[in-house]
Amino acid sequence: MSTVVAEQASPTPESSDSGRKPTLREGAFGNARALTCRECGHEIPLGPHYACSECFGPLEIAYDFPAVTREQIEAGPRNIWRYKALLPVPDDIEQSPNMEPGFTRLLKAHNLGRTLGIDNLWVKDDSTNPTNSFKDRVVACALSAATEFHSKVFACPSTGNLANAVAAAGARAGIKTVVFIPSNLEKPKQVNSAVYTDSLVAVNGNYDDVNRLASEIAGEEDGWAFVNVNVRPYYAEGSKTLGYEIAEQLGWRLPDQIVIPVASGSQLTKVHKAFQELIKLGLVEEKPYKVYGAQAEGCSPVSVAYKAGVDAIRPVKPDTIAKSLAIGNPADGIYVLDICRETGGAVEDITDDQVREAIVLLARTEGIFTETAGGTTVGVLKKLVETGQLDPTLETVVINTGHGLKTLDAVSDQVGPAATIDPSYASFAATGIA
Amino acid sequence: MSVSVRIPTILRTYTGGDSEVSATGGTLAEVLDDLDASYAGIKGRIIDEAGQLRRFVNVYVGSEDVRFLDNLETATPDGTQISVIPAVAGGC
Ligand SMILES: Cc1ncc(COP(=O)(O)O)c(C=O)c1O
Ligand SMILES: [Zn+2]
Repeated sequence: MSTVVAEQASPTPESSDSGRKPTLREGAFGNARALTCRECGHEIPLGPHYACSECFGPLEIAYDFPAVTREQIEAGPRNIWRYKALLPVPDDIEQSPNMEPGFTRLLKAHNLGRTLGIDNLWVKDDSTNPTNSFKDRVVACALSAATEFHSKVFACPSTGNLANAVAAAGARAGIKTVVFIPSNLEKPKQVNSAVYTDSLVAVNGNYDDVNRLASEIAGEEDGWAFVNVNVRPYYAEGSKTLGYEIAEQLGWRLPDQIVIPVASGSQLTKVHKAFQELIKLGLVEEKPYKVYGAQAEGCSPVSVAYKAGVDAIRPVKPDTIAKSLAIGNPADGIYVLDICRETGGAVEDITDDQVREAIVLLARTEGIFTETAGGTTVGVLKKLVETGQLDPTLETVVINTGHGLKTLDAVSDQVGPAATIDPSYASFAATGIA
Repeated sequence: MSVSVRIPTILRTYTGGDSEVSATGGTLAEVLDDLDASYAGIKGRIIDEAGQLRRFVNVYVGSEDVRFLDNLETATPDGTQISVIPAVAGGC
């Protein structure tokens, strides 16, 4: 019997046990207890499943956490595995070849804060991960799950960053990778995948088309672990580490407010989950905090629903330079709405021109070159202050999730030489720069 | 109007494991009724109590999500390919 990675054809996975499930190693998923449906609470055993067999709702990981102390975490490695007790990974995760992402810098953004009028602003800079986006975090957790499920192929549909991370992590782990992207993706993101894998597949369509194709392939091919489809519950947990790190780096406390980019919305919901877990485990003090979501106007289904005060998200056809955020039909969109509303935050969107301006603003104030997703996030932060939706006297964290070198074209017309001169002092003096 | 319908893995218990089945109907609503006549109960998994598509199911007629078309009233001409897909995938 070959490994079954696709959802199994059975009424409920409980009754599908009869010899079809791959045998799982003891402790393969650490302290994870089960998969539980976010909609109806139905629980099923851990396996390569992502949709509830009762209601199609998204499955997520439930845990039996032991007592975890700050000291135990602090004694761990300077990467996401310091939080392994809180992730669906085995205790020996550090023995398997992986990219060891995480523990990226949390920078006090004095200049940007001054420019925006925010007293106390931090940038969590995730562009310094191994493949230069936060996706290395989620992929590391997905890779562990794929390995424990004995998958033969490691795959994903992607707007670029995820493909880069999957291709690189798969190469290092020695597992075949196949990554699917929209064919109009930024060239650097294509190269950053193709260099690691001979199986980059460009699909004529937008991300939602690519995602749909991947869901169909996942239903047909045995032994394929699509990181954000059939192992999505494990994958998504990786984003919690962004939340854990921010709290730890602030000295084991939560910020007052945080601004997070939204494509599928997974990252935002998991940072919130991380904060809630830290409170429950007594690792930080309980306090109110506000969560804000950032989208680009050309793909803002969640922001539109937020502003309209409705609970349902109307899918859109994306048209924005923020291609990494261009998901017209976001899987976790409704949960983003819930979290932003419950915590007193908001979801806001900005134009492509504002995205470009914000990229340059972050670069010139903090020396951080972000990609269009980070431009969107910083630009939304600016707009939130200007429109009075965010209190500038409260401690604020903004997440930069990806590196600007991957979306150079976005600003290449904006910036360039201030002058082109002859190599003489007179020519230089004539520029007025001195 | 004969159309073919791709069935997601979690609904294949209804189709005896078949991943692709045929059905008839001039609109998506009619197709789902016909499908339910052959595979009792399957419609209730796709449509909620209020008669709307469940929020975690995507249905495509051809390559288009029916929410961009006329939802359950979307026309399904002869030979149309319909796909039913769980909506929770993604994360980019
Ligand atoms: C740089 C960057 N930031 C943010 C996101 C959005 O993440 P999520 O789908 O979890 O909302 C993505 C998705 O690809 C991304 O590449
Ligand atoms: Zn459910």
